[in-house]
This record gives sequence, C-alpha cells and structure tokens, in this order.
Amino acid sequence: MAVAGCSLTIAEGEIVVIIGPSGCGKTTFLRCINRLEAPTAGSVVLRDEPIGGQMRDGRWRPFTESELASQRRRIGFVFQRFNLFNHLSALDNVAIGPHRVLGRPLAEARRIAAGQLERVFLAEHLEKRPAQLSGGQQQRVAIARCLAMTPELMLFDEPTSALDPELVGEVLDVMKGLAQERMTMIIVTHEMGFARQVADRVIFMDAGAFIEEAPPEPFFSTPREERTRRFLSRLLR
Amino acid sequence: MTLDWSIIREAIPLLAQGVVATVKISVLAIVFGTVAGFLLGLGSFSGLPPIRWFVRSYVDFVRGTPLLVQVFLVYFALPVVGINLSEFWAGVVALSFNAAGFIAEIVRANIEAIDRGQTEAARSIGMTPRQVLVFILLPQIFRPVLPPLTNELITLVKGSSLLSVISVYELTRAGQAIISVHFVPFEIYALIALYYYVLISALAWLSRALERRLHVA
Repeated sequence: MAVAGCSLTIAEGEIVVIIGPSGCGKTTFLRCINRLEAPTAGSVVLRDEPIGGQMRDGRWRPFTESELASQRRRIGFVFQRFNLFNHLSALDNVAIGPHRVLGRPLAEARRIAAGQLERVFLAEHLEKRPAQLSGGQQQRVAIARCLAMTPELMLFDEPTSALDPELVGEVLDVMKGLAQERMTMIIVTHEMGFARQVADRVIFMDAGAFIEEAPPEPFFSTPREERTRRFLSRLLR
Repeated sequence: MTLDWSIIREAIPLLAQGVVATVKISVLAIVFGTVAGFLLGLGSFSGLPPIRWFVRSYVDFVRGTPLLVQVFLVYFALPVVGINLSEFWAGVVALSFNAAGFIAEIVRANIEAIDRGQTEAARSIGMTPRQVLVFILLPQIFRPVLPPLTNELITLVKGSSLLSVISVYELTRAGQAIISVHFVPFEIYALIALYYYVLISALAWLSRALERRLHVA
C-alpha cells in the first residue's frame, strides 16, 4: 500500500510543501488529488465538491474519465518530466486548454496563452517546439499551460528534480511569483531552501504516512520526530 | 539459353496495361484500407467492450488467414449476401479488408507507444479521452506510421498478383494470358518480375523521399 491514513486540509491561498524519501508515497498522494490515481479509500473534496465521483442513492459512484475531465480543469498539475505536447509550439501547448477544453476561439486562446507565457518570462519563445527549449523553459511552459486554465489549486510533483542545477532557479522564481499572488499550491520537492521561503506548512512523509507537519521555521530548526531529523540531516549534509 | 525476344517486345506494352490495373487496385486498396484501418485502430481504444472485441477479432482473422483465402472468401461470399461486384471490385474489397487489418495494428501500436505522460498531461488540463486521442495522440502518430504504411502499400502491390486467380486483369494475369497463347513462361514471368521490381522500387524511393522531407519539418 503506497499511502495510508494521510489527511490534508488546505485553505485558499495556502502553500503546503511535502518532503520525504523516494518511494514514500508523496507522488501517489498528489496524483490522488486530481484523480490520476484512484484511492481505494478516502475522499478528495474541493470547496464542498467531491472530486472523482458522487454519492447516488446512498452509494459512491466513481466518475468516468469524461466526467472527471470537467473536474480536472479546476486543478493544475505540473509534472516532474514536464510532459509538454511535442507536436505543438509553446504557444499552442498553452492555448490548447483554453481552446479545446474551455471552448474559447483560437485567437483568444492564443492571446491568453501569450499572456501566460509572458508571466513566466518566455515571451520570445512562443513559436518554439518543446524539443527546442531547455528543461527549465519547458517546465515554465508547463506551468503556463496550467495557469491558462485558471485553476483553483496547483499541484507540483517535484517540478525541478529533472532539471540541470543551473536551470532550477528560473522555475523556482516563477513558483515564488505564484506564491506571492496567493495561488493555492501543494508542492512535492527536495528544494529545502525554497520550501523554507515559500511554504506555510511543511509535511514530512515516510512509508506512506504523514510523520510530521509544521510551519517551516519550527519544522526545519526543531523537528520533533526522529525520522524527520534523520531525513533532514541526510539532505542538508 | 535462347530467349524469344520478339515475344518479349510484344509483351512489354501488353504487360504495361496490366501494370496500370495493378496500380489502380493498389491505390484504391491502400486508400480504403487506411481509412478503415485508422477507424479500427482508434476503435481498439473505445470505451465499449463490444467494439474492442470486434476490432480484436477482425485483426486476428485478417492476420491469421492467407490473403488468397480472403480473396476467395470475398469473391464467393459477397454474392451469397446479395452483393454482386465485378471481380475487379471484389479484389479491391478483399485487399482493402486485408490492409485495414494490418493498418489497424500499426495505428494501435503507434498510439500505445506514445509516452504515458502525454495522456496524463492532457487529462490533467481537463481533456476527455476522446479529446486526448484526437488532439494529442493522433497528431503525434502521423510521422511514425508513414514507414509501416508505405510498407503496407508495397505488400498490397505484391498481394494484388493474387487477384489473378479470380481473373482480375492485373499484371500477373496479363502475363498468364500471353503465356497461354505463346508458351513462353520463363520470358514472361521474368518480365513480370522486372515490372513489379521497378514499380515497387519506385514506391520505396518515393516513401524514403517523403520521410526525409517530413523529418526536416
């Protein structure tokens, strides 16, 4: 069992960072939120609306993929490996959501996309294909792609783990900008310095369970749990 | 070895007519087969089990029986259900059915080969499975399916020679007609082989040129 007994409540505008060793279930936990994985028990509720299904005649009926689609618009997901659409330019990667999913006309969708790409400092790269962009640029396009859908919540699955070290900063800067604009975010990351700066709460996860949860200052300076201390000392060596 | 060159000279234009028919048959079959093959290939991702089952059975049958037998089946089975086609069109139908089966597999395999991350990203921005297929997956298979599709076209050109058994006047049949009159099997079959070779080499060259052009884009 990858994840057991994990419960998280996040308020609008809050930023929660989840850290932990590989295989601890943090990615699985994140993917359960937008239903890329289906939990075997438990529920996900976004502003009073249950995600993934509904109660009908006293029984839980899970949604089909088509029904899930409309719920997923409200949640943005940034992948470790970017997952940009290889056959589309950066502009169209960001525009395809507003155009095909939200039904905006193509010209308007492209305007929205251009605006979002400017927001992530990629205004001169609109026509480039993913293969022509660096990792950091690709991840910023991925973030813009989420932002174009005006999500209520954004999930980040180790957004900088696949990047060369010198490209990490540009992505973190964009995320710090989102944090300042009070975007609600749940971020799985190994970037402790970033977590310290940006998080409202940090959660340490291990073997599928939440071990410790606290605001960054008490969390990093005086962790209560032994396992947390061991993990942090290994990481900050 | 003495060759009857006068027969060979006579045969060249006669066989050329057969080539025209061969080309017509192959082009028709690849067009119908590609359309049907794409529909079937997409059908293997349907949410409805009966559709997936039908596609699976269809592909298994086409791949599990000889083309010659399929040609006979179409030729003799269609009149039984009231469809009366000329042998030319029966031949085109049989070849199209065959091509569709192989192309369905080509389409399915290439769609499955696309990285899962593409589908997950598309689902994450709220695309339905149908939108993922049409806007994200299909566009990305157009280049990779070109080599196997041109291979299928070459296979069809060779397979069209089997239509000679139901008297379709394509290249092989045209040669057999000359042999039955002049009794020069070696010369004629050698000439037929040469015609097929030239035709298929031209197709292979065209397909390589097309692939080179598309990879530049």
